[in-house]
Formats: sequence, C-alpha cells, structure tokens
Amino acid sequence: MFLINCPYCGERDQSEFSCGGEAHIVRPKQPTELSDDQWAEYLFMRKNIKGIQFERWNHAHGCRKWFNMVRDTSNDKIHAIYKMGEKPPVE
Amino acid sequence: MKNKYSILSLVKNAFSQHENWKQAWGDPEPKKEYEAIIIGGGGHGLATAYYLAKKHNMRNIAVLEKGWIGGGNTGRNTTIIRSNYLWDASAGLYDHALKIWENLSQELNYNIMFSQRGVMNLAHNLQDVRDLKRRTHANRLNGIDAVWLNTDQVKEFCPIINTSPDIRYPVLGGTLQRRAGTARHDAVAWGYARGADEMGVDIIQNCEVEGIKRNGDQVEGVETSKGFIKTKKIGVVAAGHSSVIANMAGLKLPLESKPLQALVSEPVKPIIDTVVMSNAVHAYVSQSDKGELVIGAGTDAYVSYTQRGSHDVVEGTLKAILELYPIFSRMKMLRQWGGIVDICPDASPIISKTNIKGLYFNCGWGTGGFKATPGSGDLFAHTIANDEPHKLNAAFNLNRFVSGDLVDEHGAAAVAH
Repeated sequence: MFLINCPYCGERDQSEFSCGGEAHIVRPKQPTELSDDQWAEYLFMRKNIKGIQFERWNHAHGCRKWFNMVRDTSNDKIHAIYKMGEKPPVE
Repeated sequence: MKNKYSILSLVKNAFSQHENWKQAWGDPEPKKEYEAIIIGGGGHGLATAYYLAKKHNMRNIAVLEKGWIGGGNTGRNTTIIRSNYLWDASAGLYDHALKIWENLSQELNYNIMFSQRGVMNLAHNLQDVRDLKRRTHANRLNGIDAVWLNTDQVKEFCPIINTSPDIRYPVLGGTLQRRAGTARHDAVAWGYARGADEMGVDIIQNCEVEGIKRNGDQVEGVETSKGFIKTKKIGVVAAGHSSVIANMAGLKLPLESKPLQALVSEPVKPIIDTVVMSNAVHAYVSQSDKGELVIGAGTDAYVSYTQRGSHDVVEGTLKAILELYPIFSRMKMLRQWGGIVDICPDASPIISKTNIKGLYFNCGWGTGGFKATPGSGDLFAHTIANDEPHKLNAAFNLNRFVSGDLVDEHGAAAVAH
C-alpha cells in the first residue's frame, strides 16, 4: 500500500489505481511473422524483477489515464513516474 | 525409523520432563558436491527431497533454504486442502496429492493434523451456480467427490452463514467436497524435513543461493552464501522467488509475484467446523484447532516482494466475511501477514524440465500451492530423478506457454484472484 503521484491528478491512494504490468513490452510489428516462441515471449514471459521494475499503471478510479512508473518491488518505493510515450529515466 | 514417535516414546520422555527429545533434523554444513540440490526449504522442496530419497534412492542430496524451513509460504497459507479442480489434468494432480495427504501422518510418523472437515464453495449469482454445478459434474467424472447443495442445505451444513435473500450477494447454493479439509502447515514442513533428514538428506538453512553456474546448457552448481556447491541437477522450488532464481540462470518464466494476505482472529470456542470459500465476494474462512478464525484475503494486483500486502484488500475481504457471517461482527483480528505467491497466466503450476540440462522448476502454484504439497513433491522428484515428467505432471510443463495448451484454472481456483 502506497501513494501514487498521478502525473495528471497528483498524489492519490494506490487503491485508486490498477497496475498494467511490465512496461515497454513492444507489440510485435508483424504478428503474422512471429514464431510460437516469440509469441510466448511477448504474451507470457515476464522479468518479474525483485528490485527496480518499470511498469504501466492506470488511474482507474480517477482520470483513467495510463502512465509509467519505476518502482522497487522489494520495498514498494516509487523512484519515478513518467507519461506514456516519454523516455524512461536512465539511472 | 531411528526415533519413532509413539505413545511409548511420549510416556518415556514424560519421565524426563520432555527434556531429552532428540533434534528432529540436523544442521549440517554443505558438502562440496551433491547428486542433486533442491533450492527452497518449504513444504514442496522438502517433500521433493523426501521422495527423491525414498522412492528414487537419491540420498546424496541437499535442500538449500535462505531462511528457516517452512518460513515462507508453507507457514503463511490458510492450510486448505481440496482437489475439486475443473480440468482433467488438474484433477489428476490435486487428487494425487489429496490421496497422499490421507495417509501422510502415518507415512511420516508425524502428526500433520490432517482434518477432512470438508470444503464448501458458495455460489452467489446465476453464473456461479452454473459454473459450480459444471465443476461438480466434472469432478465426479474424474472420481473426485463433490456434491451440489441448495441454499437450505448450505445453511444446514454451516448454520452461521447468513442465507437471507436480501443481502448484497445472496447465497444461492454451494458445492461440497467432504474429503477436503485442512492440515497443520508447519507440521508438514517439519514432518518432511525429519523424514528426509533420516534418509541422509542435508537440510541447510540460512544458505541463500546467489548464482547458478552453467557450462553451456548444463548446470554445474550453485553459488551460495556458504560457498560454491557442485551438482548436476538443480530443482528450484522457490515459490515467489522463482523468477529471481530463473534470472540467475538466464531464464525468463511466465510468472508474476504478488503478495497474498491472510489473517487470524482472536481464539474463540468452536463455531465453524468446516472450510467455507466464496468466489464472488472473495472471502474464505475456517477455524484452527487453537480457535482462531483463519481468513484468506486476496492478492495485490501488482508485482511486489514485500510480504505485506495492502490494507484495502483485507478490508474488502472482511466486509464480505461480515455480510456472510454477521455473528463475527465483534471479533477482533489478532494478526495479519502476507506471502509472495508466483502466479502463472493460466493459474496452474509449472512442474517441468527447462531447456537447460539439469535445471528443473516447480513453481507457479500461485495462491493455492499448500494443498498440493505431497503430490507436488512426489511428481517433481519423479521428474528430477528420471529427467522426464510423470504422466500426472506432463501437462504442467513450461512448453505449454509456447504450444498454447494451457490448463486454465482461473475459474476453478474457487477464489477469484
């Protein structure tokens, strides 16, 4: 349980948000060309990192906009929040 | 058995004020090399080691546990055991476990307090009724006991349930598996540890795995906080931390690790003598032998390794509990905790070889692994010893995420996570 600083609405309780999982998984440009292994990788395989993870969140019970978050999954500390389409912070 | 527990040993030890009981398992330092290494000293890992030694005669093996045995999800679950899963593959897997549970105390010479008090799953809407009836039929075709109860029969079986038609989610009926029930979770870990130790398995606690050494596509050993240990076979049974171990070997798994919470109340006199689960409102409750209500909540909907969980999840569960059981409205909750569960996209486990030779994974049990502990250990031991899955776990391979042959048990998990 934590607070999330929505880039559109400001700081709100985490229960207002829903998590869309790992960020920056690019949808295959040519789906028809994909092998079964590549589909499995895209659909199912996840880094599931213990530590700094990049993920997508949606302010489901607020502005309903999507954004990205950098969060440490070992202690739920949020390191950065950035809008969709923006470059992820490097460090 | 060296130190068989019996009424005689109990009487004998009573004379010495119970001060001379021998340690149930040892505390060895790791050897340089083992035939096989199991990573994770929870119920599933210890059971795997036990069956490797007992049924496959692999005695030169070790279980590595980063904390203490049974300190992870084995000691954090709500101890529910049942096998009323929808699909044939799952029915085979979970009922295999249930059959072992039925004689496990005798087999281990350790009282795991297995209690077949029945598990009842409630239906709160028309779709629930249809789904649960379908599951009842599927169970019976697979030889698993299951009956459908109408609202009056639910009330008769568990009188404290509020079956009034004017609650928000009225009880429209339920299914009952009478062979299902509960067991003492810690005792399961301890019983398997004692049994494995007796056959020569090294149970090494406070030994964290820090790396997996590979030579091409063959494993060579593990780097640990107690040094390098050589082995040709590694069975990973690390539950919520499976992906962490997989990353060490350069593998990615189809898992997400999330906190799952449970809580217990202050102890009270016997009030509920069965296990009641409700899918739609997400609440399940039973009563421990100590008298505490044991309540299972849901998972947080994001990846986290914090072993805490959010307050709103507990709040939602308790709201549902109170509507279904108004009698509990003045109970005080004693403790709340979280465990990290590794969830597969199809809510079914993985008991499988990998494309790295000698590396095996038993993971993805998600929110319901405890019930499968003995069966999981037995089948994983078979898979490791023979380098081939048993027919009961063949469907639960890693390759199903490539082939698409998933075992979708989201509905049959009996609680919607």
